[in-house]
Formats: sequence, C-alpha cells, structure tokens
Amino acid sequence: MPAAQLSAYVRGVGLLGPGLDNWANGAPILAGRSPYVHKPAVLPTPAALPAAERRRTGAVVKLALAVGFEAVTNADANAAELPTVFTASGTDGTNCHEICATLASSDRQLSPTRFHNSVHNAASGYWSIAAHATPTSSVLCASDASFGAGLLEALTQVTVDRTPVLLIAYDAGYPEPLNSARPIPDAFGVALVLAPSADSPLAQIRATLSSDAADTMAEAQLEVLRASIPSARSLPLLCKLASKQPGRVVIDYLESLRIAIEVS
Amino acid sequence: MTPLLISHFTATSGIGRGLREMLSSIENKRSALAPCRFETVKLDTYVGQVQGVDEQRVVAQFDCRNNRLAQLGLAQDGFKAATEELAGRLGPKRVGVFLGTSTSGILETEIAYRHRDPETGALPADFNFRGAHDTFSVADFARHYLGLEGPTVVVSSACSSSAKVFGSARRMIEAGLIDAALVGGVDSLCLTTLYGFHSLQLVSSQPCRPFDVSRDGISIGEAAAFALLERVPSSVDSNSILLLGIGESSDAYHMSSPHPEGLGAQAAMTQALTTAGLQPADIDYINLHGTGTPSNDNAEARAVNAILGSSVPSSSTKGATGHALGAAGGIEAVICGIALQHGLMPAGLNTRSVDPALDVNYLLENRRGVLNRVMSNSFGFGGSNCSLILGRAG
Repeated sequence: MPAAQLSAYVRGVGLLGPGLDNWANGAPILAGRSPYVHKPAVLPTPAALPAAERRRTGAVVKLALAVGFEAVTNADANAAELPTVFTASGTDGTNCHEICATLASSDRQLSPTRFHNSVHNAASGYWSIAAHATPTSSVLCASDASFGAGLLEALTQVTVDRTPVLLIAYDAGYPEPLNSARPIPDAFGVALVLAPSADSPLAQIRATLSSDAADTMAEAQLEVLRASIPSARSLPLLCKLASKQPGRVVIDYLESLRIAIEVS
Repeated sequence: MTPLLISHFTATSGIGRGLREMLSSIENKRSALAPCRFETVKLDTYVGQVQGVDEQRVVAQFDCRNNRLAQLGLAQDGFKAATEELAGRLGPKRVGVFLGTSTSGILETEIAYRHRDPETGALPADFNFRGAHDTFSVADFARHYLGLEGPTVVVSSACSSSAKVFGSARRMIEAGLIDAALVGGVDSLCLTTLYGFHSLQLVSSQPCRPFDVSRDGISIGEAAAFALLERVPSSVDSNSILLLGIGESSDAYHMSSPHPEGLGAQAAMTQALTTAGLQPADIDYINLHGTGTPSNDNAEARAVNAILGSSVPSSSTKGATGHALGAAGGIEAVICGIALQHGLMPAGLNTRSVDPALDVNYLLENRRGVLNRVMSNSFGFGGSNCSLILGRAG
C-alpha cells in the first residue's frame, strides 16, 4: 500500500525558546544567516487574558499563549475561528511540584487554582478564553514524541476536515526533585498555522510516516535543544521553513516511527 | 463522516470487570459508590473504586496503579486477543493507539514525595517518571503490551479525554495513515483529584445524585475502557455497534465552570448530529455527562433541551460508576454499546427527585426498548466538550 500523505500550507509561525525570542528574530538564526547566542527563554505575561486569569497562569500557559498569538498574527488569521491542537510532554512543572509537596505534607488542603491549573489542558482552556475560540481543541501528550503527535493531529484535521488549524507545541521544565527525573533544560514553544488552501503561504508541507533517521541540527547548541526538549524536535522543520529552501526533512517521533516532510 | 465499526469493546469499572458484570450491575441497578477508604485519603466522600487493581503484575518499566488498571481492563472480554488478531490481520504499523487519561500515574509521584531524601530532597531512586507519572505512559504501555506500532498518543483534555480519542482516531483512519485504532481511556484514583475537587467544593459527601433537586457534587470513580475502531466492512452483523457522529467544541468561558447556557455543549451536540446526518428525533437515548454538581447539570440540561428537546430518555451513569474523569467518555461509550445491544436504558442511580428546573426526560428506572442511535456527552474542565453518536448497524 502506498504511504498515505498529509498536506498543508504553513501560513504563520510562532517561536520562543532559549536564544530564540520570536520567529522574526529566530528565522535568520535557523537559516544560518545570524549566529545562535544561547540565553534563557523569557516568557511574556499573556496580555490577552483578563487580569484575574492572568495572575493565575504559570510557565506553560504563558509560553503556549505567546507562540500561539504570534503565529496567528504572522498568518493574519482570526484566532477565534481556528481549531487548535495543543501538545506538550507535561503539565506545568512548578504547579505539579507544589501539589505533590502539599499532598505529602500534614496539611493536604490544595489551592483551587493550583488544581485547575494542574490539568493537561490548562493552556488550551486559557487560550480559548483569551482568543474567544470556540472550535474544537485537541490536547495531546506523547512524551518525547509530543511534537510529532501534534503535527499528525493537526495535519489530519487540515487534510480530512479541510479546516485551518493552529498547532501549539510547548514544554517547560520541572523544579527539583522532578527535574532530575525528567530533565527539560528550558522552555521551548512553537506554533504553526496550517491551512488546506494556498493563500500567501510560507511553504507547503507534505508529511508521511517513515523509518528513516531523524535529521539533526548542524549548530551544536541548537542540537542540544532539539535532543533535550520535546517541542524542539521541530527544529529541523523550522530550519527548512526559515531558509525558504525546498527539500526533505525527517523529524523525530516515536522509537520506531519518524515523520518525513517534503517542504516546497 | 463515514461511519466506523466498533468491532470490539470492553470496560472495567467499580460496577464490574468486563461487559457481563457491567450489564448485570446495570440490570440490577447496582452502584459501586462506597465510603472512601482509598490509600491514606481522609475525606468525607464516596468513590467508585475498582477491586483487584493492585493484584495485577505489570512489567517494571510501566508499573503504576493506572497501568495496572489498564492491564486488568485489557484482560476482559478477550480484548487483548482481539487486538492482537487485528494487528496480525492489518499489520501492527497500521493500528494506532489513542487513549485518554487525566492524571495517568501521578499517584506514584504523590507517594514518592513522602519519601524524599531528608538532606537533598531527592525522590527515591526507583521513582519512574517515564513509565508512571508521564501523561503518555498509559498509551506507551498499551502499545508495548499489545505489540502495536502505529501512531500513538494520549488525549488529555480532562473529562472529555476518552470521548475525544474517537475524533482523533477517526481523522487518522480517514486520512489513510492507519486502518484501525485502539481507543479508550484509563483513569485511576489519586490524591490530586480527590483533594483537588474537594478544594473546589465540588465533591459530595454522599453518593452523587446527578440531576437530583438536592444534588451537591460529584463522586470520583476510576475505570478502564477500550474499543477497536475499523472501517465498516461490506457485510456486518446487525447488532454491531457503529460510531456515527462526533462533535467537539470549546466553551471559551471559564477554567472550571461550564457556560451557564451550555453553549459549548450545544455546539458539540449539534455538530455530532450534523456529522452523523441525523435529526434530533433520531436519538433514542442520551447518556448524559451528568456529574451531579449544581452548575454542570444545569448547563447540560439547558443544552440538551435546546438541541434535542425534553422528551429523549436520558440518564447519567455516574451514580453507578462515579465520575471516571479522563476515562468517563470511554466507559460511557461502552455503556452506550451495552444499551444498544441489549435494548436497555440504564436508570440514573441515587437520584430520588429530579430537579424540576432541569427539563429533560431523566430515567429513574431501567427502561427496555429497541435502541438504534444513542448520544454520549462528555464535558470537561477548561471548557472542553465532546458528544458521540453510536448506533446499531442494522
């Protein structure tokens, strides 16, 4: 049987990670036109949320909303109308640590805000409130394969349901002692607006499942990011989009499956 | 949408391991809810606990209570053998895995935090993040345990998780990336949800009473539910169960309260009818989300009334199973399968007096009748809504 192919047009990108402030700043670095200079990721406060909600948000929500709104702006899209796919390797690390520490103490009384921020779909919930977005939101986790899982979900929505989709992949680390068990060195987020039609796209992508080895990053520090942060497994694809060079790229996914992408 | 065949299904909850026990409990109106004796929890509440979970021996790489419950569930109704037969027939790379969970194996992390090194704060050396705590671990476990090699993912959108897996699997089958999917959900008791819902004052001190005039909160349960989704073959038994429609939406309203008019729920139900090509009058029974909190049931009743009117027989089975959170959509889809195959609409247990402000046809007794198409609602935290429509093939 011929391999099934998923196709979409990339309309806009959002990016935030160590040494990558946004897509406008990061694209020349990923295209090799500017040097990569490592510095910790800085997460902005989400201006689109009402003040009461804004105070309650942790790192993953700030990260997801920042890259999501950047991609929507770059795509000149309407956030309220876009179905979304949120994919992350975990929930908010600090929040998770605080809950586990409280439950291990003599007073197990949790804060209600801590609890509702503990769900894996916290970022999706806050996004829908901030963006007034009522379409469906798929909220996924596949550990280190989370970016690939999110990309497949978004591409199947574009291909099968013929709808534009906003994909947001994001990870932020845990404090100790969880950090030692699940080291994620810094926050990294990427968002893509993907669409079935070709209005002023950055590129067209066609994806198939593959057993080929995943591409790596030529720049050593970027390769460290790719290998250590699940959402940064997207970096080889982002390089292709940034350099505006057509070609094939293979991104990491599950242990026995990768995703091969033709960019044109 | 193109209907899909649910070629095999099973469920394990407090009211039974496997379909035969589940059916017997429904027929006898037996509830699993009992005073909470779980772990070291000291809360005045009832839970729907599954017995025998910790007797399961799970391979060390994936050992945690949630995966023990998953393994116990997969052992029922010949489900493991049916999945292996499917993978043998189609090829293991052509079968995807889509499972819902909210808290995965966080219980093991909660316990590990009681045993941190007093000097360094470190977790015990045998703490296993990847195979237990990780939200993905239940799907990773199922993939390895069943020898499946297709795309694999956990859907974790709180209480809609294991309904929404049907949507993700449907899209991937229709795109041709896979030919079949293992779908379902597994969620197990833990302190985060018990104390968390308590902090929101959403837990009842009695067995939950969905749609009752004096309802005052949820009872938490646990469950494992699994189904195999395939394309519909040219000839199929008339009592086979099909996935006919699915609707998904977001409230965009509040993190832990539903929209008061259930606007998101209305959108999900409408979309489910549209994708199934059905009219409201075609729905014979609704398995409500029906958590038993005042605001949830109020919003759902308004939404059901707006889209389907007030006459469709409806009930929440959470009075029997408790609210299985990320496994709720899965267990309730399986209950819909049982209802369709046996012509049995389950009574809503524990409810004594239906709230007159909730204008739906809420069943207080089991009802027999031919069922052809039924709806299952699952609505969750963060305003995540999903409605499924299942039907009999003939």
